[in-house]
Amino acid sequence: MGVPILKQGHCLIATIQAALTDTDLQGLRDDLVAQVGRDRARGVIIDITALDVMDSFAVRTLRDIARMARLRGAETVIVGIQPEVALSMVELGLTLEGVNTALDLEEGLACLDERTKRANGGGEARAR
Amino acid sequence: MRAYRSPTPAPHGRPRLAPARTGRRAAEPQAAPPARAAKALLLAELVAHLRQGRTQLRDEWVRRIGEARLLTAMSQEEIFAEATSVYDNYLDALETGTLEALQAYAGQLSERIVPRGVETREVVGIVLLLRDVLARSLFANYRADSQLLNRVLDAYEPAANRIATTVAAGFVHERERVIREQQEAIRELSTPVLPVRERLLILPIIGLIDAQRARQLTEQLLRAIRANRAKLVVIDITGVPAMDSNVANHLVRTVDASRLQGARVIVTGLSPEIAQTLVTIGVDLSKMNTVGDLQGGIEEAERLLGHQVIPIPEANR
Repeated sequence: MGVPILKQGHCLIATIQAALTDTDLQGLRDDLVAQVGRDRARGVIIDITALDVMDSFAVRTLRDIARMARLRGAETVIVGIQPEVALSMVELGLTLEGVNTALDLEEGLACLDERTKRANGGGEARAR
Repeated sequence: MRAYRSPTPAPHGRPRLAPARTGRRAAEPQAAPPARAAKALLLAELVAHLRQGRTQLRDEWVRRIGEARLLTAMSQEEIFAEATSVYDNYLDALETGTLEALQAYAGQLSERIVPRGVETREVVGIVLLLRDVLARSLFANYRADSQLLNRVLDAYEPAANRIATTVAAGFVHERERVIREQQEAIRELSTPVLPVRERLLILPIIGLIDAQRARQLTEQLLRAIRANRAKLVVIDITGVPAMDSNVANHLVRTVDASRLQGARVIVTGLSPEIAQTLVTIGVDLSKMNTVGDLQGGIEEAERLLGHQVIPIPEANR
């Protein structure tokens, strides 16, 4: 069962609809990283609104996706972490350290927008 | 003619002696040890005697309650009404030897009187008074035969004591339940999450934080972040008197959970004592953005949100 990945501008959006097996998660990771290269995407949004449970493997995989995508020039934002999931994650010490998070898709896109603007602004300053 | 609820209907109008207390007993009616059967018979006779004297004994009891200045929160009529049903349930429990019905009654009675401010010592007091009034009555009735009196007391005392314990325990249980409910209500009221600007929430915490309160507070905050689409939260701990590693960890977890929902947290109101404690404990506060006071925290939050406060020009005021 593959997770559908949509393209919006320079962003890839992966919406997880149901609980994923470990294999599915690894598949998602490989698909996303490959597509970042193919589409020269600058941003990745992973929407986990539909998940009501997150285990340590899932958290680790999301972190891996973020790191791998960054190596290929794309910033990742995880969106839609439900309150109960957030609570159990922090209680278990799974904090998605170093990974961008936002409330929902809208906020996630805004976050990526901001980062791109800042990155471009810095580029311009250097170019001058 | 019995005025109250009978434990079991009497077959063919014969008064029923102490009915089987356990399934075991019912299975072996002939093999019941003679001592127990005799005791049961005696108990039944005592109860019959106490039922006969119901009116005077109940009145005597109510009089003694007044004398001892118990149940002052209740009116005479109420005391009379409750005394009557306690009396009847007491005798039922004595007769049947089972306490379930009494426990249920004690629970309902407690639900009625706990909100009236009746105290544990009053409940224990009146039950013991009833025990004494009934004991005296038995004493007066059987004192002619000292051997019989001994057997009477042997049958009565353990049963009466069990009853006293059951009622007292039921009352205490109900009081504790009410206290827990009230604590829960106070907890909920004491951590309001306040939206003060678009995307900015303030959470002033007042009082001690334990694990339960920390969890409840975090849940409330996460729900509010979602509902208000907040990007910034200022948690003010001016009103938190004591900090230890547990509280610090709760705070860190709240900050982390908020971040997972896309909101940054600024912690304000750390007193010098708390700041010292945190440093001494060695809590990793690098992930926490802290500012001295609430005012500074709000200003910082607005800055982060990209807001600026400009005074209104004189002409437009």
